[in-house]
Amino acid sequence: MINLIWALMIVIGVVVAILTGNIDSVNTGVLEGAEDAVSLCITMFGVVGMWSGIMRIAEKSGLMDKWTGMLAPVMKFLFPGMSAKSRAYKYICTNIIANVVGLGWAATPPALQAMAELAKENGHSKIASRDMCTFLILNISSLQLIPVSIIAYRAKYGAANPAMIILPGLIATACSTVVAVLLCYLINKHAKDE
Amino acid sequence: METLSSLSGYIIPVIIMAVVLYGLIKKVDVYEEFIDGAFDGFKVVVKVAPTLIGLFLAVRILNDSGALRLLTRVFMPVARLIHTPADVIPVVITKLFSSGSATSLMLNLFDLYGPDSLEGLTAAISLSSTESLFYTASVFLMAAGVKKSRYVIPCALLSTLAGVIASIMIANFLCR
Repeated sequence: MINLIWALMIVIGVVVAILTGNIDSVNTGVLEGAEDAVSLCITMFGVVGMWSGIMRIAEKSGLMDKWTGMLAPVMKFLFPGMSAKSRAYKYICTNIIANVVGLGWAATPPALQAMAELAKENGHSKIASRDMCTFLILNISSLQLIPVSIIAYRAKYGAANPAMIILPGLIATACSTVVAVLLCYLINKHAKDE
Repeated sequence: METLSSLSGYIIPVIIMAVVLYGLIKKVDVYEEFIDGAFDGFKVVVKVAPTLIGLFLAVRILNDSGALRLLTRVFMPVARLIHTPADVIPVVITKLFSSGSATSLMLNLFDLYGPDSLEGLTAAISLSSTESLFYTASVFLMAAGVKKSRYVIPCALLSTLAGVIASIMIANFLCR
């Protein structure tokens, strides 16, 4: 699926560029894009490395178990059969909490570590496991409660009440998350790991 | 708002301090564990780095060629049908690929119409309720070394669609 989407993006883009005479900007764009990706990677080395280190301390000291405990009912519903003692379980909880409290960047390291742990549990199969799918769909549905950066932008552009976006945002986020959870729940009831 | 933004400055440093302090109390070798964890973090970043290059490449081609604008035009009639300003459509579609570009498009709308306009509100609410689908999916899948994503993309698209429809309805309600 991703293969096809990626290929289509490139093929359609280049064909359109040729037809509309935008080929020059695409020509410079490809190099700039690759460069942007590398500078994002450098940022990620810092942020992901830093939070992964902090996370490891929280894991070893048992602090992580305290916040994973809070999510037990939710986790049981979304990831039936996953052991609460597994690393993947703890990382998933950490990701969910970091997302919910709006620590955007802090949510990425546990997410990536969780995916790596799930892969280990799944014998490094090339096919996504049920839990991977649930976790990924949940993350894409957005779990953020307070859109801090959007509030800041609204303030900067002179909105009458910048923070009034919180409740509307919350309702919309709830809609996308509820749909995601329902779909995963229904699929989990029928689908087995391939 | 003032208190919110000044408070948010405390959150991360205080969390870091609390975790380190708790580790110290529990007699964890905090510094060594930190280094160990950070190294694990590095390994994950190395794993996803190629994905980022591939993704940024495709997004730039799609964007700079004008193909994204054409794609947007296809959705214009739909926008008219559901009483949404057509200018919001590019924001929503771009968000599927890149959060940063979508944000700069939203800021354009803030500039043109103001943050409290129907355009500005619809964009802001839908950006706060969705995640960049293809970016998240490819980075996560790469971290797991997975090739077949099964039902992830269709389900994620449906959930994103639900968020966008809700945003449009809420913004329309607020601006009535």
